[in-house]
Amino acid sequence: MAAEGKSIDALSQFELGTVLGPFGASVNFTQSNLHMVIVAGLILALLHYGMRARALVPGRLQSLAETSYEFIHNMVTEQIGDAGKRYFPFVFTLFMFVLFGNMLGLFPYAFTFTSHIAVTFALAAMVFVLITVVALMLHGKKFFGYFFPEGAPLWLAPIIVPVEIISYLSRPISLSIRLFANMVAGHVMLKVFATFIVMLAGLGVAGPFLSLLPLTINVALVGFEVLVAFLQAYVFAILTCIYLHDAVHLH
Amino acid sequence: MPQLDFANPMVLAQAVWLLVIFGVLYYVLNTYMLPQVASVLEERAGRIAADLDAARGSKSAADAAMAEMQAANLKARAEAQAAIADAVAQANAAAQSRAEALNARLAEQINAAEGRIAASRDAAMSALRGVAVDTTTALVTRLTGRADAAAVDGAVGRVLSARGIG
Repeated sequence: MAAEGKSIDALSQFELGTVLGPFGASVNFTQSNLHMVIVAGLILALLHYGMRARALVPGRLQSLAETSYEFIHNMVTEQIGDAGKRYFPFVFTLFMFVLFGNMLGLFPYAFTFTSHIAVTFALAAMVFVLITVVALMLHGKKFFGYFFPEGAPLWLAPIIVPVEIISYLSRPISLSIRLFANMVAGHVMLKVFATFIVMLAGLGVAGPFLSLLPLTINVALVGFEVLVAFLQAYVFAILTCIYLHDAVHLH
Repeated sequence: MPQLDFANPMVLAQAVWLLVIFGVLYYVLNTYMLPQVASVLEERAGRIAADLDAARGSKSAADAAMAEMQAANLKARAEAQAAIADAVAQANAAAQSRAEALNARLAEQINAAEGRIAASRDAAMSALRGVAVDTTTALVTRLTGRADAAAVDGAVGRVLSARGIG
């Protein structure tokens, strides 16, 4: 599917198609959603099989499950404080979902659902709705004071208030575009260099040797993409925590 | 870019399915999985805390035993020192009393000897006048042919008293 003809087709990997036959077609259940289900299954399997032993001294899988639990638990309590424990399950689900989605997307033939802006924006919108609802429930009308910092001169209000509102509204956009752009860029690069391998390999006797160059680059890129996959999930989770901190404490 | 092709119903449909899948995942994690992890972690933390408490208890018991041993050691040492000091004092006292007794006996003997010496000297001194008078009388008699006993006696007494004797 890489280099049919002699053109580089880096974007077809993001095309959606329905799965599960006529049922999937009737409800628009795409391979993207199938991968979400796989990711959810992997997360649940990790926690289920990891924690099944309930060992005092954890084995490898249990260590992994506990480490991911404590990693997010520490992040939530450090960023939000004790009040943040309520939001821990949400942040944990979000982090694991994005992380596993990014990682799964690196496997050959797998689909990266985090490379779809509709998906990342839906996730970011969830966060946005959550932080707004939490802030309104905890602080009521005082929440609107968030857009005008205390102590600022009143005549600056016409400037500060719109800026604060825009910055607040741009949160879900920056959150979703950051993840989307990172994943798209990484996968496009992988695809482009993979296409180079195939194209160079077809150049007669020297071709196979020349194609070692983009192959080397791709090997390095895959390692780099693993880092990006983790980092973007981490950034998504920690920004969610920071926004929740603002919602709970209003600055 | 297929991601921006919002006319394609599948693009938005996957977001709807995302909400469903994410919601189910959140529900299962929140209800079943995470409490299980939390309970295991709590159990371990409790176990570690209990073990630490036990270790702390053992350490304080050992410390107490150590302190007790040291106190007993100090007490025994003090008792031994006291016993030594006592024995030394007793020995000193005995030696002193013996030395005093010896001194007293020596002093007594010295006194007695001095008394005897004084008595002998007094006797010798009292005999001196008689001897001097006799000698003087004999000398004067030989020289002059006669001797006035009273005069000799007075002269001898004068000379003797001038010399501080008799």
